[in-house]
Amino acid sequence: MTLHELELKANLIRQDIIKMLEHAGSGHSAGPLGLADIFTALYFDIMKYDPKNPNWEKRDIFLLSNGHTVPVQYATMAHAGFFDRKELMTLRQFGSRLQGHPERTKLPGLENTSGPLGCGLSQAAGIALAMRMNQETHRWIYVVTGDGELNEGNVWEAAMLAAKYRLNNIIAIIDRNYIQIDGNTEDVMPLGDLKAKWESFGWYVIEIDGNNIEAIIDACAMGRAVGDKPIAIIAHTIPGKGVDFMEYDFRWHGMPPGLNDVSGDPPKENQTEVALKELRTLRGKIKSEGYYE
Amino acid sequence: MITGILNITAELVNEPTRKGFGRGLKKAGELDENVVAACADLTDSTQISLFKEAFPNRFIEIGVAEQNLVTVGAGLATMGKIPFVSSYAAFSPGRNWEQIRTTICLNEQPVKVIGAHAGLSVGPDGATHQMLEDIAIMRALPNMVVLAPGDAVEAEKMTLAMAKDKRPNYIRLAREASPVFTSPETPFEIGKAYVFREGKDVSIITTGLMTYNALLAANKLAKDGIDAEVIHAPTIKPLDSKTILESVAKTRAVVTAEEAQITGGLGGAVAELLAEELPTPMLRVGVKDRFGESGKPSELFEKFGLTPNHIAMASHVVIDRKG
Repeated sequence: MTLHELELKANLIRQDIIKMLEHAGSGHSAGPLGLADIFTALYFDIMKYDPKNPNWEKRDIFLLSNGHTVPVQYATMAHAGFFDRKELMTLRQFGSRLQGHPERTKLPGLENTSGPLGCGLSQAAGIALAMRMNQETHRWIYVVTGDGELNEGNVWEAAMLAAKYRLNNIIAIIDRNYIQIDGNTEDVMPLGDLKAKWESFGWYVIEIDGNNIEAIIDACAMGRAVGDKPIAIIAHTIPGKGVDFMEYDFRWHGMPPGLNDVSGDPPKENQTEVALKELRTLRGKIKSEGYYE
Repeated sequence: MITGILNITAELVNEPTRKGFGRGLKKAGELDENVVAACADLTDSTQISLFKEAFPNRFIEIGVAEQNLVTVGAGLATMGKIPFVSSYAAFSPGRNWEQIRTTICLNEQPVKVIGAHAGLSVGPDGATHQMLEDIAIMRALPNMVVLAPGDAVEAEKMTLAMAKDKRPNYIRLAREASPVFTSPETPFEIGKAYVFREGKDVSIITTGLMTYNALLAANKLAKDGIDAEVIHAPTIKPLDSKTILESVAKTRAVVTAEEAQITGGLGGAVAELLAEELPTPMLRVGVKDRFGESGKPSELFEKFGLTPNHIAMASHVVIDRKG
């Protein structure tokens, strides 16, 4: 796909996220919207996989560590051909394979079960160590973690282990959106100089604009060339990206459109419509591209 | 009644169950190259060191990080490995229960959690290290198998069986050397309880090191004219309800014995089974909603009521209740 096509794809994924969450009546909005560019880059450019054979033995491994952002993964997987887009509307419903938080055993293509935070990097380390024992080369492990998630001690246990064993095929993408449930990350529990923290733990750190698909692709290419360290990409994203009334606002962390009654936002009953209209027209800049009926 | 039980009145060899685990894991590693191991800075005392020396490339030193220990295990299992991850029971599963729940049990990964130095018999280390709640918290987890070997020989067989079992497993091991009263001929299978002594007056259902004490208690009871049946349940979950119900239907009186909290432990499991299937007079020998303390294992077993005498006394009481 061209860069332009990837950007349009991310936009379609955002529209599906809004529709899924509105239909589900619960779930997280801000993180998934902010991550759409990263997921598009991973699934449509960076990663090696086969949606018709999810257990293909040479595939790259993708782990979602902050499981609450899974609507973006489901939407991206549907676009990538793992399952039909219609199934997206079963999110969080009884009998659905699309559980509120991802469960590996429910949906082919998921590699881990997550939701309780802080475990993705440890699982990545275990996978990388197993690959090393198996002498499997040229397989990459991509992990998406949140920044609020970095409050968890388990993350730093994994950070030390991955550096100790020089697990150079782990690329951790940290969604640096500065929000978590109770507020802005620096108010809830300051993370400070993240780049310095990860570097001091022995990781190779790349800092990028996480809503710039070209930057994401370039950073992963650079990460794959590092060779002697695990790689952390600190991806600065805008939470709620693409929907004006959600952007930068931590109150949209755990809310679906149609439920949040925040002053200054559109009335609840119009939130989905307003969000979709902004996404479809890239805030009025275009008239037809990326439009779903 | 099964074969292969040694004469418990004779002089027996003493060996800690963790030693049997260490031998079993090395053998399991020889039999299957997918068996791997990780440890949280307790390699020698959990006896995973034997495996480490034999297969250095299949061993991972995690450091003092129990949350990481089990989640790395989940990652290894994702790639088809059979990871044995060891620490002290007080820390694993004591500290990392949620990681075990989400990344191992819900995620259906066959990680083998080794909880060493469990129970009061860790002695002088005191209450912080005397893990008594592990059976209860692990038994509550769907998909988890909970195991407690009676001696070092059984621990070795159990470890070999764990390497072949496709489910998440938890095994509790003891630090203290304890009498080896089973033999290579004694049967062991995950999910089975065994009648180690036949009797008709009371069923003493036990697990772990307490089975030896139960056999001693049965000898004492015999002197009082009481014929006790001793059922060894090395698998606490899934509980072998068939063997237990058959015994209890015959004896109509039950004593359970374990070196753990009776709340949620083997005693809890048997009480749940009998309350629904076969209500029966019952007493639970074990630690009763208290923490331990420093002391020799023998002193602690006396204070907390885990000796053969305590099991025998409990048996008298339940037999009286039969009326």
